[in-house]
Amino acid sequence: MDVRIINPFLAAAMHVLKTMAEVDATPGKPFLKRDDVAVGDVSAIIGITGAAKGSMALIFTEPCIMGIASNLLGEEFTTMSHDVRDAVGELTNMICGDARRRLAEDGFVLQAGIPTIVAGKSHTITHIADGPRLAVPFETATGSFMVEVAFGRSD
Amino acid sequence: MAYKNLSVLVVDDFATMRRIVRKILRDLQFQEIFEAENGIEALKLLKSNKVDLVVSDWNMPEMTGLELLKQVRADDQLKHLPFLMVTAEAQKENIVEAVQAKVSNYVVKPFTPATLEEKIAKILPN
Repeated sequence: MDVRIINPFLAAAMHVLKTMAEVDATPGKPFLKRDDVAVGDVSAIIGITGAAKGSMALIFTEPCIMGIASNLLGEEFTTMSHDVRDAVGELTNMICGDARRRLAEDGFVLQAGIPTIVAGKSHTITHIADGPRLAVPFETATGSFMVEVAFGRSD
Repeated sequence: MAYKNLSVLVVDDFATMRRIVRKILRDLQFQEIFEAENGIEALKLLKSNKVDLVVSDWNMPEMTGLELLKQVRADDQLKHLPFLMVTAEAQKENIVEAVQAKVSNYVVKPFTPATLEEKIAKILPN
């Protein structure tokens, strides 16, 4: 997997959070992740097909998503409600879409499915492609989240 | 801009996006705001209510926004209905497909309230 593929997802995460929720997200250093345990409290994963087959996941700590969801929807959230989980799904949808638009500009055309949302401490995320996945940690004013992508070969 | 005598249908499988769009439409003073989770629900609402504008997502289970658009354009009663696609599908191929299906306008997620207002203003009389 070409590690540069993470860059459009990184840019998309910052752009979507800034535009929709007025949240500044600062990326940390990308790394290769080899296990399925999510470092967070709620996640969404979305399948990707086309020029490559894989998936993207967003993993939020609880304080982080409470802050983002509150900004996004204009009301304060303090518990992991259905509304907060739904927001995780829609953010995943938008970030994946924005990243695919950026990749398409370089001739790398991808399609995406509909996100699946999982919540709970130390839950697992199973990516579609085997092998390591690229992960980028982000910091926001209310906490951290992670973007993971994993791609194998196209069919 | 105010649309006091007009009603709008918001179609999106995610309640989060319906809430974001609904808030913007409320600020624009639409008289009535209907909501549907997918194209099938949307068609049912369109058949039984007076709707002046559809604001629809593309990727939805059951029936996509594109399929909904095609069905609206194929219906004699609904074919002139202004239809705004609000979607994460931003690739050129998607936009061409929507234009071929006679979408009225297209908003790419993420978007600001000003962008949505501007696109609505272009397709609705005020």
